[in-house]
Amino acid sequence: MTPAIEVRNLYRSFQQRGQAVRAVDGVSLSLAAGEVLGVVGESGCGKSTLARLIMGLLPPGSGEVLVDGRRLAGMDRRERARLIQPVFQDPYSSLNPRQRIRDIVGLPLAAQGALPKRRQRDLVMEMLARVGLSSDMAERLPGQLSGGQRQRVAIARALVLHPRIVVCDEPTSALDVSVQAQILNLLADLRRELGLTYLFISHNLAVVEHIATEVAVMYLGRIVEQAPVEALFRAPAHPYTRALLASVLTPDPAQGIPDVGLGEDYPDPANIPAGCRFHPRCPQAFDRCATIMPDNIRRDGRLVECLLAVPPPGGGYG
Amino acid sequence: MSDTILSIGDLRVKFGDRTEAVRGLSLSVARGETHCIVGESGCGKSVTSLAVMGLLARGAIRSADHIRFRDQDLLGLPERAMARLRGDKIAMIFQEPMTSLNPAYTIGSQMAEVFERHRGAGRRAALDRAAELLERVGISGPGMRLGQYPHQLSGGLRQRVMIAMALMCDPELLIADEPTTALDVTVQAQILRLLQKLQRELGLAMLLITHDLGVVARMAQRVSVMYAGQVVESAPVSDLFAAPTHPYTRGLLACIPVPGTVRRGDPLGSIPGVVPRIPPGFVGCGFRDRCAWALPECARAVPLRQASAGHTYLCRLMPDEVRP
Repeated sequence: MTPAIEVRNLYRSFQQRGQAVRAVDGVSLSLAAGEVLGVVGESGCGKSTLARLIMGLLPPGSGEVLVDGRRLAGMDRRERARLIQPVFQDPYSSLNPRQRIRDIVGLPLAAQGALPKRRQRDLVMEMLARVGLSSDMAERLPGQLSGGQRQRVAIARALVLHPRIVVCDEPTSALDVSVQAQILNLLADLRRELGLTYLFISHNLAVVEHIATEVAVMYLGRIVEQAPVEALFRAPAHPYTRALLASVLTPDPAQGIPDVGLGEDYPDPANIPAGCRFHPRCPQAFDRCATIMPDNIRRDGRLVECLLAVPPPGGGYG
Repeated sequence: MSDTILSIGDLRVKFGDRTEAVRGLSLSVARGETHCIVGESGCGKSVTSLAVMGLLARGAIRSADHIRFRDQDLLGLPERAMARLRGDKIAMIFQEPMTSLNPAYTIGSQMAEVFERHRGAGRRAALDRAAELLERVGISGPGMRLGQYPHQLSGGLRQRVMIAMALMCDPELLIADEPTTALDVTVQAQILRLLQKLQRELGLAMLLITHDLGVVARMAQRVSVMYAGQVVESAPVSDLFAAPTHPYTRGLLACIPVPGTVRRGDPLGSIPGVVPRIPPGFVGCGFRDRCAWALPECARAVPLRQASAGHTYLCRLMPDEVRP
């Protein structure tokens, strides 16, 4: 079956104060239709740039993105909009404050054109109901809505064209936990009902574990580990994944604050270390990590970019 | 109790006639204790910390039975005396270190200024003190850092600098308002570990304000859960998580996805509706519009009940009526 999203050898850098910042530095991935790929990582790891490349909002430096088997480059904007839609983090800045909710949600339909006003209105109202907003919300302005309601509007706008794929970039990070739970439940319901595929970007591992079927962990522009969600959380293989997981503070007063053992060094995408890019912070680094880049190492059905995961010569690991 | 460093009694904060942000809050923090105030945005937790520091925005009206720091009532204190306490015996750390640090001055000169102003020290002695504290918060090469500007440091390093600056004058009370919310998770763990270590070594009383129940569980000895301007539940940390009693606390705990406990396809718990705006003169339970147990009588004054020793909550229900 054609993957919903396929990314081949994607690179993208930016110029910042005269320096090249390698935001996405060789990413390949494939996401089957109906799955949810959670992309996790800390700020500056390139996860949002990856999302923008996949949505075609940013041209890649090199490499290519295929959505539903077709190359994104050169695809008509309206066609792309029917295929893949975004939901962004901040429902305060991603909605036009001067437009009524019905116009915000209807905009993707209007941009497609050739739809009678009446039909457009019906589709908007249907979608508002689907995301749990009452019909009187249609006449309001974003400023009259709560954060959770605004994020429902953003979801309705993303779904009104019935795309196959939705790219959610930190969709609950600006929300309170009680509202976050409402939105996560809504996204899970919509995926089931509409057969959607999600690319779900988040810094919150617990949220990703809840919604994803597959998880990619990014560090300084690369996916350093990718595995099905259960496997990744049961047995994280990359030292960075382990540190990330150890950092999650579960509400358990019997546990102290974990020692993640990462030192005070901080990842800088303008200055990516040679060898393994994680080695300056890695508690398990050894001499070769400073020189040899672990590239595309696969083990037990998962991607792990770590020299410790290299099977010994002659095999012995399955 | 002689060990009590901060004691707040019946604090109220109004913003004109529209909103009462804090409605009769009482709590205390002892030497060496971390007391967490936890709640969602708009619950009044940050307003509480600003009210204690005397830093409320113009137009806010503060009243209380008392706000006592050691033996001194801060309520009637003139601004000049309050300013002498701030940054000296009472120190603060805020969420966003980039906005709390002045971008135009070096780390060294900002840190030194605190010591010069409060202790009358010379620049040389103040810089020595700053270097000592940078080292203490785990910053290597403190001499080099003193000459740097805030934008040259990462978010994690900036927050370490803020902590070092807060400790310049040996405070007895540290008020930390969402100190790790803007940081990445791995850095958050490092900063919280540091705060906990320093607090133990220095015997600080810490009032830690956060929205994150994970932070609460790992940092607090005592917890006050705030909702709509009130402490709706207060307990020692182990009691709060073992036997949460107020319907809001229970709802909030159910909302948190916890790694390792996920069952695929199960929805998370959630609390319907949104946080209400509470006008002055509001009577009854502020949570009643979102509460599954609400009855008409919840619109009347709500009793403060005791769930166990030192564990109180604000609700008409008895403990065994809420817990399954």
